[in-house]
Amino acid sequence: MSILTVEGLDKTFGGLKALSGVSFSVKKGEILGVIGPNGSGKTTLINCITGFVRPDEGKVLFKGGDITRWRPHKIARIGVARTFQVMRPFYSLPAYKNLIIPLWSPRARKEGGWRGGGKHGDRDTVAIDILEEIGFERDSRVPYKLASTLPTGYLKRLELARCLALRPEVIFCDEVFSGLSASEVASMLPLIEKLKMGGITLVLIEHRLRELFKVADRVMALQFGEKIAEGHYKDVIGDARVKEAYLGIEEI
Amino acid sequence: MSDGRDRKERIDRGIKVRSDGLYAVSSLREMLYLSGPRILLIAGLLLLPLLLDPFPYWRRVINILCVYALLAIAFDFLANCVGLVCLGGSMFIGLGGYFAAVFNVHLHLPVYLSIPAAALAGAVVSTLLILPCLSLRGVYFAIVTLMYPLLFTRVIEAFDLLGGSNGITGLDSFPGSYLENYSILLILLAVLFGLRRVLNADIGLVMHAVKDNDQSVRASGIDVVRIKALAVFIASFIGCLGGAYLAHVYMWAGLSLFALDFSIIPIAAVTIGGGGVLFGAVVGCLILVPLSEFLRFFGTFRIVLYCTVLTAFIVFKSEGLMPYCTRKYQQLERWADA
Repeated sequence: MSILTVEGLDKTFGGLKALSGVSFSVKKGEILGVIGPNGSGKTTLINCITGFVRPDEGKVLFKGGDITRWRPHKIARIGVARTFQVMRPFYSLPAYKNLIIPLWSPRARKEGGWRGGGKHGDRDTVAIDILEEIGFERDSRVPYKLASTLPTGYLKRLELARCLALRPEVIFCDEVFSGLSASEVASMLPLIEKLKMGGITLVLIEHRLRELFKVADRVMALQFGEKIAEGHYKDVIGDARVKEAYLGIEEI
Repeated sequence: MSDGRDRKERIDRGIKVRSDGLYAVSSLREMLYLSGPRILLIAGLLLLPLLLDPFPYWRRVINILCVYALLAIAFDFLANCVGLVCLGGSMFIGLGGYFAAVFNVHLHLPVYLSIPAAALAGAVVSTLLILPCLSLRGVYFAIVTLMYPLLFTRVIEAFDLLGGSNGITGLDSFPGSYLENYSILLILLAVLFGLRRVLNADIGLVMHAVKDNDQSVRASGIDVVRIKALAVFIASFIGCLGGAYLAHVYMWAGLSLFALDFSIIPIAAVTIGGGGVLFGAVVGCLILVPLSEFLRFFGTFRIVLYCTVLTAFIVFKSEGLMPYCTRKYQQLERWADA
């Protein structure tokens, strides 16, 4: 059963067609990879779905209900979370305090039950729990450090943690592997698998294809705002248009 | 430098066991160390009218000082805790003042009812007026808040509303001059510590996050406009309290309540006292307001002196007095071997 369906999404910025007629659907609990060269509309697609940009045409359905052109916080509240490509932590707050904001939202307070809501101290504990789950060492000082002092690897994790605190059903990840070293990515992959096991549906936008193909169940390729291929990654990278647009003739 | 001791070392002092914001307080001495500055501020403010008993003029200065302090707190709260630069101090004073006049003169509410009622009404009106520009980022908020007081002045003049350019006279005054002093001092202390409590709660964190990055707050399922509206309501309530009080002190509400001073001096005070810590706003006013009174002896030359002091602060202590003193109080500095 598909949890999220996108039908004929169109978006134009001035004269530039950023998205034209993109349709796809994601099944509950699967990992969908989205690939495409720079400027192919991947981030705009996420922005349109999560309400940060209003699409000109098309529909976004979540569990059958129309959520097109909803405001971002409404979409987050029904359980569609996202990370940002350029990380946007709350720099002046300690890492664990970053999670108090999503934990304070109506959704987390409702879905989290006693864990998400309740007293002030309780929320702090939940925040530390989530950070540990996502790879912050509990006994170290890292969770208590200011976000502005954290290295990129932790900030990427913090972005994911902020999504998790919402108790989401779908997470859109905008290049969570970019800027990370090979070993850091390797340590992120089991995390992605773990989230999938937890029943969370993931849409991963990635340039790191090798790593993406290890976890993605299905892959979709975009070019100039159009979907040019979809399916198993072997079929997608075998597709002539994808090769031409993005991968060139190089073998992977 | 030549003796090799060329590194400045900073050592936390006072509390033996602590980590960032958490303290393990183990003795009376440590408790005094922590609460000392607070007690000093509270006691100092409360004793001020008694100490100035022989100088009735300076006791009146306390009143205006507290009103400016309220405005400075409101500005500091909006600018450094929510990220909205508000130039509308005079709008809050004006609205609070005129509402107090209407409530007191026309509806015959007693002083102690008309002030909170006027603050509430003023806050509701300000919030509604500012609401349309809250979803915008950038300078719009500052411009709109600066524009409204000018608009009110012209409208009141042009349509001869609410007494026109003569204003509304005949407001009840406070029963005594000490009551006048202590009402506003208690309001100031209540606002100061109440607001600090709000900021330390989770809602305060959310407001801080709005300042840091509103997109992430949206992505976290929180309505940013609503949070900003709440913050504007709180700030304008504080400002309108000052305005309503001032109208009762003057026993008059008129166009000069919309004077630009009420927008500008609080900002200067926050610059001097240090932003982000609400106490800084009060400290800034404690310096600026008496200074501007002293400088009255110099006639028009006072603006020059005033600006010199302000510039000196900005150049030499740009972080503000309060953060500087806090650091000196909490840390021991000494030269150490590098």
